Amino acid sequence: MTRKKRRLYMLGLALLGLGAATALTLTAFQDNIVFFYSPSQLQTQQVGDRNFRLGGLVEQGSVRKLTDGVTTEFRVTDTAHTIDVRYRGQLPDLFREGQGVVAEGKLTGGVFVAREVLAKHDETYMPPEVSEALKQAGVYKNPAEGKTAANTNAPPAATKKE
Amino acid sequence: MHRFANPARFLRLSALLLPWTAGATVILLIAGLYLSLFGSPPDYQQGDTVRIMYIHVPAAWMSLFVYTNMAIAAAAGLVWKHPLADLFAKAAAPIGAGFTLICLVTGSLWGAPMWGTWWVWDARLTSVLILFFLYLGYMALVNAFDDPQRGARAGDVLLLVGIVNVPIIKFSVDWWNTLHQPASVVRMGGPTIDSSMLIPLLVMAVGFTTYFITVVILRLRAELAQRKIQTLRFSVAGDGATG
Amino acid sequence: MTEFFAMGGYAAFVWPAYGLAALVLIGLLAVSLKGLREAEATVRALEGVRTPRRRARAAHSHTTHSHTDSPHTAPSSAPGLPGKASEG
Repeated sequence: MTRKKRRLYMLGLALLGLGAATALTLTAFQDNIVFFYSPSQLQTQQVGDRNFRLGGLVEQGSVRKLTDGVTTEFRVTDTAHTIDVRYRGQLPDLFREGQGVVAEGKLTGGVFVAREVLAKHDETYMPPEVSEALKQAGVYKNPAEGKTAANTNAPPAATKKE
Repeated sequence: MHRFANPARFLRLSALLLPWTAGATVILLIAGLYLSLFGSPPDYQQGDTVRIMYIHVPAAWMSLFVYTNMAIAAAAGLVWKHPLADLFAKAAAPIGAGFTLICLVTGSLWGAPMWGTWWVWDARLTSVLILFFLYLGYMALVNAFDDPQRGARAGDVLLLVGIVNVPIIKFSVDWWNTLHQPASVVRMGGPTIDSSMLIPLLVMAVGFTTYFITVVILRLRAELAQRKIQTLRFSVAGDGATG
Repeated sequence: MTEFFAMGGYAAFVWPAYGLAALVLIGLLAVSLKGLREAEATVRALEGVRTPRRRARAAHSHTTHSHTDSPHTAPSSAPGLPGKASEG
């Protein structure tokens, strides 16, 4: 009994120590684990001239294809702050207004020039008919659209949520 | 607890259980495949690629479930010296590695069209890759010792150290900014998946679980037979020496 | 039907995902079954060597129940109370 108990306590203590060490390490490297910065974080974060990733929602009504056919301009927002993005190249299938996006590149004169644009989807899954029905009933708002309520382009009726 | 760790009792119980888990696996996976491919709608944003979810998400759950069970067995092996605990971990490891591989590759096949990339080093994807290496490392370590007892001890320690990765995988999408989206099913406030998609997902998940039970029983019986072979070889050699 | 296989233009991603899952799961099952059969065959062979010939037949029926139940023989042996038989 005592030997088993002692082994059990030892194991518990070892796991506790391991967990604490891991938590401390992860907290210390918090900034390196973050995959992207939001526009608000960029207000305080010094990024300088280096490459980084910018994440947020594609603002409603902000996507513009330039006349050259391959360059797209849009605004990335986290509802509090907004950043202009320019990107030359193929966009992922899920790229659309109101959806999440993560772009890699650097800030050049206030505009974020992206080398790569990835789409980030949210955790909601439903059939198209359900989405339509919910929109009609006014119960459901596309969560992405809901978050851009601050966006002046969105009609007031569409900003009502839940 | 020791009653269930008795090998003879395990052999008897598992023989009774096996036809039921095997039958349930066949029925659940056929039903799950039908629901995933025919009986569920495309997603309002992701179209038919959402069908990859019915493989990807259950495989991801299983990769964590199997590892957690192996770590519990490792603790039981170290603390209580259960005769079956180490054999269970050894038998389960290739199945867990298989589920993790399925999770990684199907995730890649899903990410390519939807995210626009096969792979990114965000916290979720990286921590799942570490889980895959933990499985491979465990299998290599256990087999690297001539004395199976010492191999099992070393493997137990690795499994218990690696358990910190399990909560990291689960909560990585909440703790840090990731490209991977947050949890849809096991989350505060209930699932955010329409029931027409949640049902196929759950049927597949239960089918994967019964598959795991079936195959782990087969592998455990093989491990026990291997152990018996060792003692028989020993006694045959002994008989030869005396006779 | 072709529409079904096209998967809304995502066939190149959906079908490999299902194919790989099937390959891994069926492969793992096959390898595990093969390993079990081979190990049990070795056990039988070794037990045959160890037991003197005149006792071999009795010993054979005595041990097979507890250690060589393959998934195919398991259902048929279940009504016969294999536990009792192997303990007796």
